[in-house]
Amino acid sequence: MNLLLIVLIPFIGAGAAAWISRLGRSYAAWMSGVVTLLALLCLLPLMGATFDGHTEIQRFAWMPQEGLDLAFRLDGLGMLFALLILGIGLLVILYARYYLSARDSMGRFYASMLLFMGAMLGVALSENIIQLLIFWELTSLASFLLISYWQHRREARNGARMALAVTGAGGLALLGGFMLLGEIAGSYDLSVILASGDAIRAHPLYLPMLVLVLLGAFTKSAQFPFHFWLPNAMAAPTPVSAYLHSATMVKAGVFLLARLFPALSGTPEWSWLVGGTGLATLLFGAFAALFKHDLKGLLAYSTISHLGLITLLFGIGTPLAAVAGVFHIINHAIFKASLFMAAGIIDHEAGSRDMRRVNGLWKFMPHTALLSMVAAASMAGVPLFNGFLSKEMFFSEAVGASTHLPFGWLLPAAVTLAGVLAVAYSLRFIHDVFFNGEPVDLPKTPHDPPRWMMAPVAVLVVLCLLVGIFPAQTVEPLLAVAVTGVLQAPPPEHDLAIWHGFSPALWMSVIALAGGGLVYLVRKPLFALEARTAGRLEAKAYYDRLLGWVFAFARAATRLLDAGSLQRMLFLLVLFALALGMSGWLGAAAPLTGSRALLPVDGVSALAALGLCAAAVGATIMHRQRFVALVLMGSVGLVVSLIFVKFSAPDLALTQLSVEVVTVVLLLLALYFLPQHTPQESSLLRRGRDLLLACAAGGGAAALAWAVLTRPYRSIAGYYIANSVPGGGGGNVVNVILVDFRGYDTLGEITVLALAGLGIYAMLDRLSLPGLARDAGGRAWDSDLHPAIMASFTRLLLPLALLVSAFILLRGHNQPGGGFIAGLITAVALIMQYLSNGVEWTHSRLTANMHPLIGAGLLLALLTGLASWLFGYPFLTSAFGHFHLPLAGDFELASAMAFDLGVYLVVVGATLLILINLGMMHDASRPPADGAERA
Amino acid sequence: MEALLALVIGVLTACGVYLALRARTFPVVLGLTFLSYAVNLFLFAMGRLAIGQPPIVASGTADYADPVPQALVLTAIVIGFAMTAFVIMLALKARAELGGDHVDGKH
Repeated sequence: MNLLLIVLIPFIGAGAAAWISRLGRSYAAWMSGVVTLLALLCLLPLMGATFDGHTEIQRFAWMPQEGLDLAFRLDGLGMLFALLILGIGLLVILYARYYLSARDSMGRFYASMLLFMGAMLGVALSENIIQLLIFWELTSLASFLLISYWQHRREARNGARMALAVTGAGGLALLGGFMLLGEIAGSYDLSVILASGDAIRAHPLYLPMLVLVLLGAFTKSAQFPFHFWLPNAMAAPTPVSAYLHSATMVKAGVFLLARLFPALSGTPEWSWLVGGTGLATLLFGAFAALFKHDLKGLLAYSTISHLGLITLLFGIGTPLAAVAGVFHIINHAIFKASLFMAAGIIDHEAGSRDMRRVNGLWKFMPHTALLSMVAAASMAGVPLFNGFLSKEMFFSEAVGASTHLPFGWLLPAAVTLAGVLAVAYSLRFIHDVFFNGEPVDLPKTPHDPPRWMMAPVAVLVVLCLLVGIFPAQTVEPLLAVAVTGVLQAPPPEHDLAIWHGFSPALWMSVIALAGGGLVYLVRKPLFALEARTAGRLEAKAYYDRLLGWVFAFARAATRLLDAGSLQRMLFLLVLFALALGMSGWLGAAAPLTGSRALLPVDGVSALAALGLCAAAVGATIMHRQRFVALVLMGSVGLVVSLIFVKFSAPDLALTQLSVEVVTVVLLLLALYFLPQHTPQESSLLRRGRDLLLACAAGGGAAALAWAVLTRPYRSIAGYYIANSVPGGGGGNVVNVILVDFRGYDTLGEITVLALAGLGIYAMLDRLSLPGLARDAGGRAWDSDLHPAIMASFTRLLLPLALLVSAFILLRGHNQPGGGFIAGLITAVALIMQYLSNGVEWTHSRLTANMHPLIGAGLLLALLTGLASWLFGYPFLTSAFGHFHLPLAGDFELASAMAFDLGVYLVVVGATLLILINLGMMHDASRPPADGAERA
Repeated sequence: MEALLALVIGVLTACGVYLALRARTFPVVLGLTFLSYAVNLFLFAMGRLAIGQPPIVASGTADYADPVPQALVLTAIVIGFAMTAFVIMLALKARAELGGDHVDGKH
């Protein structure tokens, strides 16, 4: 349970932090701190066993029928990352409280931060790799929110989009890699995958799988050539950079390398791909970092370089290299987080991060300077600081690996060069910022920040020193257990000491320190050289060009298919549907006519069908005379309802009949505001083309219908018919399906209906259109708008119609009828009052506000469904029973009746809402029927 | 009978497609209505045709028409009405805001 809680708590906390921020600025920070501490508290009881080498796996059934579990895993590696994520997270939360200005939204910052934390914990603690991938993608999404936190800045938006595009593309590759990996290993559980390394490496699909997985890891860890998103992500607030680019986001990639180390490493492919990429990144990052004038830019490229270092170590692949890799993950997280925070303090207090302007700060902010210098020395790999230890292990691993390589001396030489560059840029960070003359043109006088803003930096710097001086007493147990988690085996013999004798690694460190100093001394000519060649190797330019191509292609494809013309799009749509249907038809070579026995044709049916066809074709031919076409369409609808009557579908016939009435009234009302004639615009050629396509589509539909109708089939109808009375308490199977078996679908459908009604209401709001003054023949409206006979008759008919609809509603469960039909009948009855008596008369007697009716209907249907929960049944389980009423006799009452009543109310409400509002617009725009009009 | 129904579905589809391809809103709405008749009938036909066998359970009857497509089509008819209403209101809105009834907003 604990592992699930650790991951879940930050997600829940994100919502809480966002909500509580409305009470005051500091509350969100406090809430985030408490949430992080809570997660740490959940981790604490499990840590003892983990230190003893136990791997804790906790499973929760998720979709058991699919074999999917939520599975979490805690071993040394996972614990190390969880501690880094939560520990550094806590410090960043404190730091950000002082960093963010009064204009920044605290709630949004801390909510995104906790979201990210939860996602990252999920990556570190997942047992199932698909689940790991989901959290992996969540980190990409959450980092998008964090990097784009200052949404008003263009570079923040661009940086966030770039990070999302690159890491998202990597995530896609990783999905493919994980699918392959899961298929190769036969399981998506890490326990199985880590234990079947030999089988995985021997599999023919090993290489493609490896490439895909590495693409995911390299994009996330900003490895060359995917490194460019990281410097652009520096547009984020500095706490975000301190968190994402020291301990978490970019470490997810190297975490993956470490996690899958036993399963994937140990092949030449692994060594060359991982080692080669790591080496290239190490050198490139170190080189680029030296020339950045922006403090955060320097740190960004330094981060890229250090990630390359860790990748290279995992690429070397020996157990000792893995020890060094994990050790450097810890050290880099500690010193880089503190350096980012220090850079943020400098930016905050000096108003600039440009090292050409920020000089000589030693006098202004001595405490910050001291802390930064320790952290930078650690980054450079100076003895007595933690960076030195892992860097020396790295040097000695590089020497060890070089013995079995052609041109082996190149590797130690290259890593020493990287060491030289690292010393040079660290020196630059210290000397340029804190010494090197006086500040140049700063917007404010710098001074040390508030104590609590410096505290997180101080904590990390103390850690740098403790680990650097007393490694065996401080970091050794954690390192050992984390390496056990990586190797899935006890760690190799290693010695965390400052002094190892005069080894090659020591000499490399000496060369790096001395060479770094030298490079820094001759920096001026180097900068001049770099300024002349700048931009040659800018990967961002390639990315932008690639993106430009993608957009150009998308625009061209859109232009081709969507020229802003509905006609063209519909034409293409029907054409493609036809082509697909035809290809399926021609490909299958099945006979058109099946073997089912056919029903004999009778004369009346043939006549009705011919009448329908004539009316439809007539409406199409005369469609330019809109009124005529509409009347013909209405007659087609009536014949359609006759078809339903003929073929044993009384419910459908009733529905179609009432819908037809409402539709025709609706279209007549709408036609009042539209031109009465359609001008002839299309050329003969175009009409011929459309006719051809329409006939082909019609022929296709007819052929398809014929093919289906003449084939025997198996239906699930038997179940519904057999269970309708015993299970649903109703004899009308169609109605029982609607309100009982598939009640959930019906609930969705009436919701759609309600939404359509409300959407139309919103659309008609304040809409005004000129009405029609004269009809097609040039005649004006009659002054007698509400003929007395019609008005009296409809008033008389109203109670009768309502009685019929009540009857239809009540009997619907056993006889044709039900909520839909009854609702439509009621709506028609009420609309009749509007038609014959006018809006004013009707409004004085009936409210036009249909929203409560719709709401009540939806609520009733929903509550009927929820009520079954009270009795311990699934949603919308219906209950029914027989009741005896004196005089009236036996009654059957089903809970489905209440549901049907909800359907009825929604149908009445939505239909009336639509028609009344259109009708009111109609009434408002009617020209005054005065004497002049008639004359 | 089956041939008649197939013919009706074909004619309704053809008329619907032709009208939907017109350039003014009102014929397009009529075309969509024809198409929904055709689709509803087609869906209904999935349950094959039966005469005099309504799916109302009664003692002594063994054969019933398939109720499943009927339930499907019943809601489809009502939703189809909502769609027609929505589209025609869009046409009115377009006329008010764009000043014409061309489907692409041209004059």
